[in-house]
Amino acid sequence: MKLKDISINNLRRRKGKVFFLILGLTIGITTVISLVSISRLMNEDISNKLDEFGANILIIPRSDDLSLSYGGMNIGGVTMDAYALKDSDIAKIRQIEVQENISAISPKFIGTVEIEGKKVPLMGVHFQEETRLKKWWKVHGEIPKNNEEVLLGNELAVKLFKSTNDPLTINGKKVRISGVLGETGSQDDFLIFADLGFVQEALNKPRAVSLIEVSAYCNTCPIEEIVNQISKKLPHAKVTAIKQTLQTKMEALDHFKKFSIGISIIVLVIGALIVFTNMMASVNERKKEIGIFRAIGFRKSHIVRIIFLEALIVGLIAGVTGYLLGLGISHFIGPMFLGMKSVKWVIDPALAIGAIFLSALTGILSSIYPAIHASKMDPTEALRAL
Amino acid sequence: MILKPQVKRSSNGFMMGLIEIKNLSKIYESGEEKVGALVDVDLRIDRGEFISVMGPSGSGKSTLLTILGGLNHPTTGEVVVDDIPIYKLPLERLADFRREYLGFIFQSFQLIPYLTVIENVMLPLSITERSNREQIKMAEEILERTGLKKKEKRLPDQLSGGEQERVAIARALVNAPPILLADEPTGNLDTKTGKEIMELFKSLNSEGQTIIMVTHNPENAGYSSRKVHLRDGKIANGL
Repeated sequence: MKLKDISINNLRRRKGKVFFLILGLTIGITTVISLVSISRLMNEDISNKLDEFGANILIIPRSDDLSLSYGGMNIGGVTMDAYALKDSDIAKIRQIEVQENISAISPKFIGTVEIEGKKVPLMGVHFQEETRLKKWWKVHGEIPKNNEEVLLGNELAVKLFKSTNDPLTINGKKVRISGVLGETGSQDDFLIFADLGFVQEALNKPRAVSLIEVSAYCNTCPIEEIVNQISKKLPHAKVTAIKQTLQTKMEALDHFKKFSIGISIIVLVIGALIVFTNMMASVNERKKEIGIFRAIGFRKSHIVRIIFLEALIVGLIAGVTGYLLGLGISHFIGPMFLGMKSVKWVIDPALAIGAIFLSALTGILSSIYPAIHASKMDPTEALRAL
Repeated sequence: MILKPQVKRSSNGFMMGLIEIKNLSKIYESGEEKVGALVDVDLRIDRGEFISVMGPSGSGKSTLLTILGGLNHPTTGEVVVDDIPIYKLPLERLADFRREYLGFIFQSFQLIPYLTVIENVMLPLSITERSNREQIKMAEEILERTGLKKKEKRLPDQLSGGEQERVAIARALVNAPPILLADEPTGNLDTKTGKEIMELFKSLNSEGQTIIMVTHNPENAGYSSRKVHLRDGKIANGL
């Protein structure tokens, strides 16, 4: 027989109390694991949503005399030199190693056309990609479906006195305005949007692309890495990350992390208190028994070891059950929280080991005082009958 | 240094000093009042003796036993066992001393309720380096001796009072300690069982086991080789 047999037998004898002791710690660990898992899901979900919200990578030709300014609307002077981007570059971007991180690739070709005597900017886009990127777009009417339909920016529609379903002639080609954009407050308000192929043809620049906007998920892979990989594929282009949007995203995620850490600490402290009071009660209940151990010749350190072993066993059991329960709860409740349909089961060994370690640590830390208290008990007092 | 009792049992009747108590006093203080539980006690106990400590309640019997048992620091004086001044040992070493030198038999058996008979007996061995097999062998031998081999897998509450007492005796003896300390060993037993236990003590003593027994019962004291009477914390006879 060794000390561990004494601990195990004692735990077995006090099944009811041990059950509640394990339950107390399990609730703590379950909460921590659920919170960690849910906040991970949230992080992922929110960062994906944020990543989809606008582009975070801009690709422009590596050109010296380029005075193209998308925001400031100066789009004249785009030189079509050897560095210019092409349709085929899009396929190349799709070939990078971390291609699964790319949410949308939206190539654009910009030029100016004369409509009813007014010079207006025309932008060719792939509408499907563009709408994925610009989730804030509100269209009165419909998004163009073919080459004969265009979308008008709000301000431009006012300037041209045009509205949905009106005809328009662009460089001799007749098109229909399928929709007018709601006010965006951006340069989009001053543009005519048409299909990329149509614009390239109308401006007589087949396959040409002025710039490419990319939206990438960057919570699993740093944006710099994506930028690097695209740069390698497109040596003739200048690829830059839009840091400003990144910064905001990081801050938002950081708040979630802080929140879940805070809650986890509170719940763990409560779990530790449950273990502490339970262990303290158990030690006082076993005063006589500890007195016998001491009289028989157990050292103080032996008593401490018996108590710690019990705490460790309880901690390990609570760690395993807490992890499994937390996993289950986050699997079923997490999606409800986030409005997702379902999430796949993710068993993270690091999290599992972490949970068990944290549980055992909490068990032992909150048993330090009870164990020392037990070892200091006066054996003669414990054995009054002697 | 490991405390190991020297093997010099007195089966040949040759007496050697085992325990020496010199100028022992124990004063309990409660507020202003000082109570002398033991006052200037001198006592020498030789190997192989069977001592019964008698006296009315409050005479200091229990205090003497706890001090002999290494559980209660005296106010003044010295307790020397096998040339070791035990109260000069550090506390953890004092625990080692108890393990190696003493076997305790408590008044109300004091078995651990969640351990089986054999586990209770193995308790003093559980903190030694002995292998499990060796522990079981030692425990079974002593249970054979006390007549409880067949019930070794039972829990204490499935045993009669006499049987529990025998488990307590087996536990006290399993480590083969030089000194057996017993506190009213028949206090909770009927007369017949009590006699059986005293016969067991006598036969153990005849094999050389030193026994110190606190008792009220003159019949029990009759089994001992020497009686020490305590009165008001002092020895009234017996030196």
